[in-house]
Amino acid sequence: MNIDRQTYRIQFIILIFLLLVFSGINLSLGSVQIPFKEIIHTLFGGSPLKTSWETIIINYRLPKTITAILVGSGLSISGLLMQTLFRNPLAGPFVLGISSGASLGVAVFLLGSGFFGSFFTITSFYNIGLSIASSIGSFLVLLAIIIAANKVRNTMSILIIGLMFGSLASAIISILSFFSEADQIQQYVFWNFGSLGNLTWNELSILGIVFIITLICLLLTIKPLNSFLLGENYAKSLGINTKKSRNIILIITSILTGIITSFAGPIAFIGLSVPHITKLVFRTSNHKILLPAVAMIGAIILLLCDTVAQIPNNEFTLPINAITSLFGAPVVIWLLIRKKKIYV
Amino acid sequence: MGKNGSGKSTLLRTLSNVQPSLHGSFSILGKNSTTYTSLELAKVLGVVLTERLPESQLTVFEIVALGRQPYTNWLDQLSEIDIQKINWALKLTNTLHLKNKYFYTLSDGQLQRVLIARVLAQDTEIIILDEPTAHLDIHHTYKVFSLLQNLVKTTQKTVIISTHEVNLALKLADEFLLLSDKQLHAGTANELIKQNAFSSLFPKDLIGFDKDLQQFIINKH
Repeated sequence: MNIDRQTYRIQFIILIFLLLVFSGINLSLGSVQIPFKEIIHTLFGGSPLKTSWETIIINYRLPKTITAILVGSGLSISGLLMQTLFRNPLAGPFVLGISSGASLGVAVFLLGSGFFGSFFTITSFYNIGLSIASSIGSFLVLLAIIIAANKVRNTMSILIIGLMFGSLASAIISILSFFSEADQIQQYVFWNFGSLGNLTWNELSILGIVFIITLICLLLTIKPLNSFLLGENYAKSLGINTKKSRNIILIITSILTGIITSFAGPIAFIGLSVPHITKLVFRTSNHKILLPAVAMIGAIILLLCDTVAQIPNNEFTLPINAITSLFGAPVVIWLLIRKKKIYV
Repeated sequence: MGKNGSGKSTLLRTLSNVQPSLHGSFSILGKNSTTYTSLELAKVLGVVLTERLPESQLTVFEIVALGRQPYTNWLDQLSEIDIQKINWALKLTNTLHLKNKYFYTLSDGQLQRVLIARVLAQDTEIIILDEPTAHLDIHHTYKVFSLLQNLVKTTQKTVIISTHEVNLALKLADEFLLLSDKQLHAGTANELIKQNAFSSLFPKDLIGFDKDLQQFIINKH
């Protein structure tokens, strides 16, 4: 046991180091070249050589880096919770249909303006309207899933019900697109690409507060999560209220996924793959180790993807959603082939 | 004991509150079962189920440590006492040398002993095991049975098992509950032999009960 603790400690120190390094790289790359020394100087309250640099760093790059950290760790935690709860390696924050709900909300908001008139999509209301629409969408799906979860006893049925909500949402989105005009569809497609750079400090603080509250609730789920590793019946025999724990875990996942999707768009791959990468690195199923590890690795990987998406000295940014899948899928395939076996 | 489908698992799962009772009520240690909270019940009654563990990267020590969950704090931290109980359970089941191994590397016999260690660490007065030897060969079946018999002697716990190893059970168990279509029989081996209860357990033309040997025998045609 002592040897194990020692290796965990070293692994966590490496992760903290990587997190700092990638945050630094992420901050220093962008369409405008700013020397790293000036960035550090500005972050600690100094004024850089050019005042425009201060605006870029404080109002654009720093919120984007923090968003990447919160979104990366939030989605990864959601993925881990779903994989443990459903004992299924394919589970992720997307399978419950929560992000499809968010997409549906956004689709109704953007594409439905044909029906409601263009009042909602005027620019001043655009960002907030988008967030509210997707939050409502994911919340409605969450509500439906919790009602379903209390009616069926089998966890696998909840998973399938979630998938059905997902296809229902996509079907409605298809119908909406069919009746929409090209520029509305384009707006929706752009939202679908995902973006980490659209958050103002105000929006970021909302995301931050929700994130911290869910993290605190998460501490309460460590014990039930670990007992679920033996299966639901053993968990019950250990005095765990399985129904209540299941609901808490579902609510935490939904809130995290819902708020992240509403601000950053549906970011693929991270929630599914980061838990697998973490389990292969740490070789444990203990959630006291896994939860912080998954959060950190998720943040590091999304920072990395965002850095790649941001082509240096160029005003173009590739869609983050494409990068996460392009980079992530081969990594997971490689890890699995090398290690040959996958553990939930 | 009882043939397949006679309700052994249903009975044990009901007693251990894994499934709600179909009908009627029962008491555990003199107290109506419905008045226990699930946490209180977890401190007096532990189970080893037939279902296989889901895939995970749990080590033997972690599995046994999960048996301490009813006693740990909200962060699931192990106290000195918890660790003592875990080590005691590992020693008693002869699995101490396996403690840092991942459970999926164990043989079926070793895994069964680890699951028994887990329920021992739970420190309950009653232990229920549903077909604890279902996947084991005759040698490991005997080892598990004698381990359980030993536990009853040394720890004074009540161990309730369901089993198809009827002949082995006849040699080792203190009391029997026979489930058949028409009625229940309960008592020691000698009492049940006097009542002719064993011979009604299986269809007589195939399986008979030899009173002198105190064993079930297969009737040859």
